[in-house]
Amino acid sequence: MRKLLLLTATLMAAPAFAQDSAGGVVRVEKPVTGEQVYGAVCQACHMADAKGAVGAGTIPGLASNPKLAGAAYPIMVVARGQGAMPGFAGSLSNAQMAEAVTYVRTHFGNSYAKPVTEADVAKFAKPPSAGGH
Amino acid sequence: MQSGARTPTRRQLLSAIAKVGGTAALYQAMTSLGHAAETRFPGPPNLQGARPGASVVVLGAGLAGLLAAFELRKAGYKVQILEFQNRPGGRNWSLRGGDTYTELGGATQKVGYAAGNYFNPGPWRIPHHHRTLLHYCKQFGVALEPFIQFNHSGWIHSSQAFGGKPVRFNAAAADFEGNIAELLAKSVNAKALDDAVTPEDRERLLEALKGWGMLDKDYKYAASLRTSSHRGFKRPGGGGVDGAPIPSDDLYSLHDVLDPQVWTSMGFFMNHEMQTTMFQPVGGMDMIGKAFAKQVEGLITYNAKVSKIAQDDKGVVVTYADTVTGKVTEAKGDWCVCTIPLGILGQMDLAVTDEMMAAIKAVPYSGQVKMGLEMNRRFWEEDDDIYGGHSFTDQEIGLISYPNNNLFQDGPAVLLGAFARDLGAFRLAGMTPEQRIEVALAQGSVIHPKSYRKEFRTGASVAWSRVPWTLGCCARWNEETRKQHYQTLVAMDRRIVLAGEHASYVGCWMEGALLSSLDAITRLHKRALSA
Repeated sequence: MRKLLLLTATLMAAPAFAQDSAGGVVRVEKPVTGEQVYGAVCQACHMADAKGAVGAGTIPGLASNPKLAGAAYPIMVVARGQGAMPGFAGSLSNAQMAEAVTYVRTHFGNSYAKPVTEADVAKFAKPPSAGGH
Repeated sequence: MQSGARTPTRRQLLSAIAKVGGTAALYQAMTSLGHAAETRFPGPPNLQGARPGASVVVLGAGLAGLLAAFELRKAGYKVQILEFQNRPGGRNWSLRGGDTYTELGGATQKVGYAAGNYFNPGPWRIPHHHRTLLHYCKQFGVALEPFIQFNHSGWIHSSQAFGGKPVRFNAAAADFEGNIAELLAKSVNAKALDDAVTPEDRERLLEALKGWGMLDKDYKYAASLRTSSHRGFKRPGGGGVDGAPIPSDDLYSLHDVLDPQVWTSMGFFMNHEMQTTMFQPVGGMDMIGKAFAKQVEGLITYNAKVSKIAQDDKGVVVTYADTVTGKVTEAKGDWCVCTIPLGILGQMDLAVTDEMMAAIKAVPYSGQVKMGLEMNRRFWEEDDDIYGGHSFTDQEIGLISYPNNNLFQDGPAVLLGAFARDLGAFRLAGMTPEQRIEVALAQGSVIHPKSYRKEFRTGASVAWSRVPWTLGCCARWNEETRKQHYQTLVAMDRRIVLAGEHASYVGCWMEGALLSSLDAITRLHKRALSA
C-alpha cells in the first residue's frame, strides 16, 4: 500500500484567523529517497536543475554551490527555513530532510560525498509552534 | 412616535462621534451600539493637513500601496508609487484569454480562455465582514456579486472512505450528524451522562438529538423519509401517479463518515472567514486592483525593481532599476510606505534597525497552487445540479470550485481545478505547467469521471512559490514569530513603515492588507506632523 501523509490545517491547533485555503484534508504520497524529496518539495522553488531563479527577488541556486560544502548550513536552512523559505521540521521527517540534503550535496555539480544522517538533522530540527498562519 | 427630524439617525450619530472623538471613539461607539463587532474598520481615516511639500514614496502597487497612496495624496502629500510589475493590483489578479504569464524558471503560459472568461490566481472570495474592502469597492465603483461559498450538492471525495468514490456533501454531512446524534442519545439513555446533564436538560437534549440528527422514535438513525429530507432521496417526490418519494437506503457507515475529510469539510464552513455571504467582483478579481489604481492614475512607475532603501534625518532614497531599459534611478521622499513582500524585501539593502531586518527575515511564505481549467460546457450544472460552490478531495488539487457567474449559459466556462497547499502545492509547483494540468485532469476525473477530460479545453496554473514578484503567496506567522517580531515589523523605522497582509493579523486576505495600510499611514501622518 502506498504510504500517504495526512495534511490538514484544521487538525492542528486552530489559528485565530484562517488563511484562505481549500478546506478538507489532503493526503499526499510520501517521498522517501533524496531524489523523491527533491522532486516533490525542493524543486518547487529551486527548480528541476537546482539553478534557482531571479525575479523581484532571488531564489538561490543549489547547483555547484560552495555553501553546501559543510553539511550544517543546508541542514539548518532546510529544518528552520530562511527568509521566504519555510522550515521543514514538522512537515518532513528528519530522515526525509537528511535524504534531501545528501542528494543535493551529491548532485547538480556538487560532490560532498559524506551522507547526512537523521541524527545530524535532529540536532537542528525543532518543530515550529502551533497556530501558524 | 418621535419625529425623524429630531432624533438623529444612527448614521448621523456615528458621524458626529467620529468628528468629535476621531475614529477610535467611533469604533468604540459602534461596538457599544451593537455594530462592528466583526470588523476593525472604523471608516476611512480622513487624514488632513500634510505639511506643504511633504512627500511619500510608496513601494508596491498592490492594494495596500494603492490605498496608502490614495489616502495620503488626499491628505496633501506628494506621492510616488514604484511597482515591479507592469500592472497594478499585486496579488489581486486575473488571467484572461490572450494573457501571457512567465513564472520563475522561465515557463511561459499563453492563456487560451474564451472571451469574457477568467481565472483568479490570488484572492477570489470576499467575506461579508471584510468591511474595509467592501467600503472601498463601493466608493470606487467595483460591482460585486455573490460568491456561492456553500453548496450542499458539491462532492466530498476521500481516497480512504466510501470506497474511494465521491459522495454528496449533504448525504455525508447528514449521516455524520445522524450517527453522532444516535451515539450521543445512546449514552444519554444509558445514563452515562447523568453527571453532566440535569434531568431537565437530559430530556431537552434527547429531543434536540432526535430533531437535529433525524433520529426515529427509538433514537436510531435509519433510512426514512425524514433522514432523506437531509441527505437526499432514492427517488424524490414527484407529481401524479408515481409522485410518492422513495427514501434513500444507502446510509453511510459510521466508519466512513468519521473519515476526517467529512468533518473537516463541514467544519470549513464554520470558520468566521469562510461563512456566507461571500462576494466576488463582477468580471474578475482584478477589477478591484484596477479601480484602486484609477484613483491614483499617473502616480505609478511600473517595471521598477527596487534594490536599496536608504534613509537619514532628512528623508528616504529608494534606488530602483527599470526592468526594461536597465536604467537605474533614485526616488526621493520624506517618508516611505513599503509594501514589498517580506521574502523579497529581506534580500534588499535596507537602512533599517537590526531588529527590523530580523523581523523581515523571520516570516516564511506559503506556496499555494491554483489552476483555472476551461471546459466546453457546464457539465457540473447540467449533469450534477451543482451551481457554484466547491467539491472537496483529499488529492493534491484540494478542491474543484465551480464558477459563480453566468449560470446556465452555453459555451465554455472556467472552473478552479486546483487550490493546492503545503506539500501538495510543492509537488505541483515543481512540475511544468503542462504536467500540472495533466495531474489536475487526472484528479478531477475522480470527481467527474464522465466529463472532465472530455470537456477540457484549455488551462492555466499559477504556483505562488514561483511568482516572480512575491516568492510565495502569503506570510506565515506562528505564535513565536508573532511574539518575537510582529510589533517590530509594524512599528515605524524612522521614516519607513511597512504595510501589507504580512503586517496584519488578517494574513492572506485583502482586508488584512487594507487594514494594515490604514494603520500604517495614520501613524506615518501623525509622525510627519509632529516631526
